[in-house]
Amino acid sequence: MKTTEQLEAKLKRRSKAAKLEIWGRLISLTALMLIVAVVVAIIGFVASKGIATFTSNHVSLWDFLSGKSWNPGVNGANGKPEVGALPMIVGSFLITILSAIVATPFAIGTAVFMNEISPNKGAKILQPVTELLVGIPSVVYGFIGLSVVVPTTRAIFGGSGFGILSGTCVLFVMILPTVTSMSADALRAVPRYYREASLALGATQWQTIYKVVLRAATPGLMTAVVFGMARAFGEALAVQMVIGNAALMPNSLVSPSATLTSVLTTGIGNTVMGSLQNNALWSLALVLLFMSLVFNLIIRLIGRKGRLQ
Amino acid sequence: MSKKRWVQGLVLVVLVALGFYAYQTRQVSHAGESITAVGSTALQPLVEAAGEQYTGEHLGTFINVQGGGTGTGLSQIQEGAVQIGNSDLFAAEQKGIRAKELVDHRVAVVGITPIVNKKVGVKDLSTHQLIQVFTGQVTNWRQVGGADLPIVLINRAQGSGTRATFEQFGLEKHRSKTSQEQDSSGMVRSIVATTPGAISYVAFSYVDKTVQDLSLNHVAPTEDNVTTNRWKVWSYEHLYTKGQPTGLTKAFIAYVQSPAVQNTLVRQLGYLSPNQMMVERNATGQITQTEGN
Repeated sequence: MKTTEQLEAKLKRRSKAAKLEIWGRLISLTALMLIVAVVVAIIGFVASKGIATFTSNHVSLWDFLSGKSWNPGVNGANGKPEVGALPMIVGSFLITILSAIVATPFAIGTAVFMNEISPNKGAKILQPVTELLVGIPSVVYGFIGLSVVVPTTRAIFGGSGFGILSGTCVLFVMILPTVTSMSADALRAVPRYYREASLALGATQWQTIYKVVLRAATPGLMTAVVFGMARAFGEALAVQMVIGNAALMPNSLVSPSATLTSVLTTGIGNTVMGSLQNNALWSLALVLLFMSLVFNLIIRLIGRKGRLQ
Repeated sequence: MSKKRWVQGLVLVVLVALGFYAYQTRQVSHAGESITAVGSTALQPLVEAAGEQYTGEHLGTFINVQGGGTGTGLSQIQEGAVQIGNSDLFAAEQKGIRAKELVDHRVAVVGITPIVNKKVGVKDLSTHQLIQVFTGQVTNWRQVGGADLPIVLINRAQGSGTRATFEQFGLEKHRSKTSQEQDSSGMVRSIVATTPGAISYVAFSYVDKTVQDLSLNHVAPTEDNVTTNRWKVWSYEHLYTKGQPTGLTKAFIAYVQSPAVQNTLVRQLGYLSPNQMMVERNATGQITQTEGN
């Protein structure tokens, strides 16, 4: 009788493995909750500060998005503060798109070489090199841009050398490794039998790459490009060092312009918390946050479309 | 198994007890005295150097100096988050600051001069010409008697103390045309030095052989001319406190204002001492004559 009770108690007691299970679940759940809380807090904070420009300082959203004059400390002709963010928004998009356009062919070319043409050399040389490029801090890129790219641009095109062209050159090198390694992953994910079938049908290697592998990997390649764009859009320091920081509509690629991030980094130390100047900068930060959300959504959409095929 | 636990527990208890003992008997006499000064990057070198000297002479005190900009300094001191706010501007000039709550301690004077690239070929401008250059009414150096070069304006960031001072006294309250902005004087100097046709403005201490400083209305940018206000583009450097300072803050500010620092460190770092000034200027820009010494 007693032994049965003991046995029952023993069986009903939680085993060590089960306890461990609960612990593990608890720890990972806590970590998750913490991250979610941090993200929600950041979004909430930026949004509350950024919206204050429109609610407590009564700037109209349309003026903010379409105005061309950025002078938050000064009232414009209509008696409202001049907080036109269009030059920065245009600057950010222009520099992002241009650097993506320049970087994409190089990145895909490198990825093709690494995966299809010469996998051995690719693995031995190119892989470590791209990984090294990813690891270089952005301030180093900015410094090189300032001391090499800007004087070169100045020598060729005149002016001060600061501008969207210099920014594009720097960002091109910065996003290249990201796009390259993600493109390589996308190519690697194309099943081997696609290539074998294509070659068996008599296609040359180039035909196989061009008509089969790249086509099959398109969603992955697009994700890679959008990732690179997201990085370019958010990059602050390197761009700020070479773009010239003039909140003007860019009228040429070599005239000084500004991006959302460059205005933020130069301006935030010179404004007072809670003032309009400060709130206007938070509004720019909100635009940045919103755009990174859009980039994320695009990546999701591409991923979903890729799976359906 | 249980013996091992015992030993572990014992070690833990002993460690905690020792730690508690150490905490109780730590050197209390030298701990705790620490203040933080935040703000203007133009004033930061002086406060840092003075802070180092002071803590060297008064062991156990600690003066933590951070940059961040004039706006940061003033907003942090207004919130009471730090003990000293470093500023290039009068608190009354900065928007969003309740200047009445803050107490001003002037510790230095900074003269600011326009600088141009050496190829420009101009050494003197009238105030009127300077305003024309910075407001974009003149776009080529030829129009003000220089070489045939387009004018490239380089500004400091909006809200920078140097820019505010230059626009108020150099441009007589005209606003500079929007142009490229840099957030440090060192960067401004190197860009002006390398860009043909560039013009900007920096504190006297930043002028070197790589750039040409300009005289205004035939008044040269020298310290002597600043002390008499013949050179009008200058500003005070302020240490702001919330209410009257006490304790270490009071002692440190008195130290920075003492002749020991004013006659050595302030001059060495390229500032002028307020004691040298023969005039005094208030927040609205009005000038009064003083004796000077």
